[in-house]
Amino acid sequence: MIAENLPALQVVVPLLAAPLMVLVRRRTFAWLLAVAVSWTALAIALALAFKVREAGVISYAMGSWPPPWGIEYRVDALNSFVLVLVSLVASVVMPYARTSVAAELPRDQHYLFFSMLTLCLAGLLGIAITGDAFNLFVFLEISSLSAYVLVGLGRDRRALLAAYQYLVLGTIGATFYIIGVGLLYLMTGTLNIADLALRLRDVHEMRPVLAALAFITAGIGLKLALFPLHFWLPNAYTYAPSAVTAFLAASATKVSVYVLLRYYFLVFGIPLVFGRLPMAEVLIGLSVLAVVSASLVAVYQRDLKRLFAYSSVAQIGYITLGMGLANEPGLTGAVVHLFNHGITKGAIFMLLGGVSLRVGSTSLERIAGLGKTMPLTAFGIVIGGMSLIGIPGTAGFISKWYLILGAIAHGYWWLAALIVASSLIAVAYVWRFVEVAYFRAPAPAAAGLAEAPVSMLIPAWIMVAGCVYFGLDTGYTLDGARLAAQVLLSSVR
Amino acid sequence: MIPDAILLAALFVPVLGALAIAACDRWPDLREAATLITAAVLLLCVLSLLGPVLGGAEPQVTLIQMLPGIALSLRVEPLGMLFALVASALWVVNSLYSIGYMRANREAHQTRFYVCFALALACTMGIAFSANLLTLYLFYEALTLITYPLVTHHGDDEARRGGRLYLGYLLGTSIVFLLPAIVITWAVAGTLEFTAGGILGHGLSNAAIGGLLALYMFGIGKAALMPFHRWLPAAMVAPTPVSALLHAVAVVKAGVFSVVKVIVYVFGVERITGLASVDWLPFVSGFTIIAASIVALRSDNLKRRLAYSTVSQLSYIVFFAALLTPLSVVGAALHIAMHAVGKITLFFAAGAIYTAAHKTEVSQLDGIGRRMPWTMAAFAVGALSMIGLPPTAGFISKWFMLSGAMSSGKWAAVAIIAVSTLLNAGYFLPVVYRAYFRPAAGEAHGEAPRAMVFALLLTACATVALFFYPDVPLSLARRLTGG
Repeated sequence: MIAENLPALQVVVPLLAAPLMVLVRRRTFAWLLAVAVSWTALAIALALAFKVREAGVISYAMGSWPPPWGIEYRVDALNSFVLVLVSLVASVVMPYARTSVAAELPRDQHYLFFSMLTLCLAGLLGIAITGDAFNLFVFLEISSLSAYVLVGLGRDRRALLAAYQYLVLGTIGATFYIIGVGLLYLMTGTLNIADLALRLRDVHEMRPVLAALAFITAGIGLKLALFPLHFWLPNAYTYAPSAVTAFLAASATKVSVYVLLRYYFLVFGIPLVFGRLPMAEVLIGLSVLAVVSASLVAVYQRDLKRLFAYSSVAQIGYITLGMGLANEPGLTGAVVHLFNHGITKGAIFMLLGGVSLRVGSTSLERIAGLGKTMPLTAFGIVIGGMSLIGIPGTAGFISKWYLILGAIAHGYWWLAALIVASSLIAVAYVWRFVEVAYFRAPAPAAAGLAEAPVSMLIPAWIMVAGCVYFGLDTGYTLDGARLAAQVLLSSVR
Repeated sequence: MIPDAILLAALFVPVLGALAIAACDRWPDLREAATLITAAVLLLCVLSLLGPVLGGAEPQVTLIQMLPGIALSLRVEPLGMLFALVASALWVVNSLYSIGYMRANREAHQTRFYVCFALALACTMGIAFSANLLTLYLFYEALTLITYPLVTHHGDDEARRGGRLYLGYLLGTSIVFLLPAIVITWAVAGTLEFTAGGILGHGLSNAAIGGLLALYMFGIGKAALMPFHRWLPAAMVAPTPVSALLHAVAVVKAGVFSVVKVIVYVFGVERITGLASVDWLPFVSGFTIIAASIVALRSDNLKRRLAYSTVSQLSYIVFFAALLTPLSVVGAALHIAMHAVGKITLFFAAGAIYTAAHKTEVSQLDGIGRRMPWTMAAFAVGALSMIGLPPTAGFISKWFMLSGAMSSGKWAAVAIIAVSTLLNAGYFLPVVYRAYFRPAAGEAHGEAPRAMVFALLLTACATVALFFYPDVPLSLARRLTGG
């Protein structure tokens, strides 16, 4: 019974838990439930991933209405990978959030916070698992609306402005997406994603389809912070509560990337997107700009959260770069980087949460001597930074390896050179942190500073350990990513 | 089976040692004992591998499957054996020396220092015993990062500047040149295993092979080929034991070791012999030999002079490996060991002078030979070895290099050796002359602490001993070329 309904439970459990928290209105209950939900979600995601690997695609008809009429939940190697990532991040962030939120939010908002975070998790899981284009929009809105609230909860007043910016741009993105879906519905009369792909074959030369592609690209591009549509991201990441930044940075943009991957490769198809239209050139061009310019901007930031937020824009550039390469190593690199960058940034932002709790700020001036005052936190950030650079032995290296391989397979030597050269800019911004944290004496006020609370350090260090572990033992991540890449390329075979 | 376990131990003994050192933070005597014991155990491990390897065995261990088709794995081959032997033996001596130096100079953060040192040795073992390029690359980068806290040990602005150059050059070259070179090799050859005769096959055009070689040679920044050599003098801001073991032995030799390994086991000597597209390498390395010697001649700072001498000597190894004749490759491999013992002696002496007399410049060394007779005697031995005169180790490797060059009629190479030998004499002999024949000035002082003097005498004796008994390094180096 439970085993058959796993795809539905993946979304329904967090979706129902969120209102329950509001009804009970107890912060400890909300937190415990949120932790339980996230761990359940992880268990379900792992079970689904296991089933998919054993038995292939799982199709689940919501309410027993058969697809393409009813809403279908469809799990394949690609989205099961995303489901595991999102629920994994949630299950580490939820336990972490308690201490962090206690320090940053007024007590009476705690249950709301956990309710919103759980809702956001439900939305993200829903986007990943659904096989229905309109249902996807609904989950997109669920996750986005809760994310706006979460960002707005930040204690700095600028958080409100950041949330507002995020809301305006996010709503434009969602609207563009739904316009695109509307156009597709106009042309095909179906909303089931798998069915859309079949029916589009006959009409894919027609103008509304091209318009739909444009709308969906721009809409989802806003959501995933594709350069130059990334302006909402640095502010949102900087001013949101620490736990929210860690969660969103590791999951939200990644899920949007997944949506774009699905539409490009499995709905519109490679012949249209990369054959008839110059989307490969566009994606690669924008990605290169993102990687280079956002990394350079990151070097000159004065606030660590902002610095790593810009680094996120650059790292998303690597992912879309792999997407633009559209060959097996490139796509493997893109998908595995979803995961690797997710845990890396999750780790870094969780540690920064500890910094902002103890120091009261994450600005570079205030964290002088962090290597002395908070050694574990500082060292964790250094390891995360190495993963961003792509030092061998860290997760980031694996992604970079495949991206370079993908560029070489196309004969794009300049691109391979750019990928490695851009890593040097990452060295520059990571080393800014290292020099401030280890070479400057702590300010007199900071001399008595304690290490971050254990309840935050342990989850953060689980992620840090992940950065190293998934750089050495790539059995799970890389196999998953390669299968996902094969799914994406299956339409041409 | 047993050699395989020992091989694994060689990698993990220094790591465990580092943990023990960290645990003994509060008890300096215990901590130093942990360092010495770790060094001794590591040397025993490496020595016990020597017998099987000389007997033709190749112990190997696979650690973990890192990428599909590429595992992190270790395998002992003769050249790696030689490198590991040199590094682990000198670590024992260096630990003695470090203890004297760090205590006499009242350095701060000593626990961090010894922990990083032990981990650096673990990385060195990883490099020496790596079975494929990816493993080599992993430990190569790890060595750069773990030695960064050692280079910047003093934590002041000068250390930070030196650290920037160090990291900038080493990480920069390895990420921008070496990583793509490895990816290309993987894409072309489908394997990264070090294999006798090379792995590239005929998948690349001759011009592309020249380009790939350039990526490797400049990518291995630790070999300090010009113009990517400036990190080495910059690294001299470190405490002298670091300069001695790491920047005369472990780190720089990891560089030239990788160069020889790439030429012999990735390209294959036969595959690239006679290719016009690889002819540039002797020019670049020959230029480095001469140019670095000239810079050394002009530097007054003793450690800086030694550093440029190292840059020059490293290029000897690249140069003779690039000549691609069996004898010269043997000479290059031998030079890894022979240069190491001589150069570490010189650095030990420089550190002893700094500790006892607080002098860092060559021009301050007038008459110091009478105040520190043992130290300066050892320095003289090291200097002779650098110049390549008997009865010192440097003569042996130079002999093989010269015979290789002459037997293949490469007279330009012979000329380069001749000129650089004169230059070597030109910047080392004046130091010795000053020390012994100029009248002393300034306050009177004695020798450095006993542990340091003992260590430097030990390496000086080793420099002489290797002249008389070069059998072990020689047989290992000969196995490299299958002779």
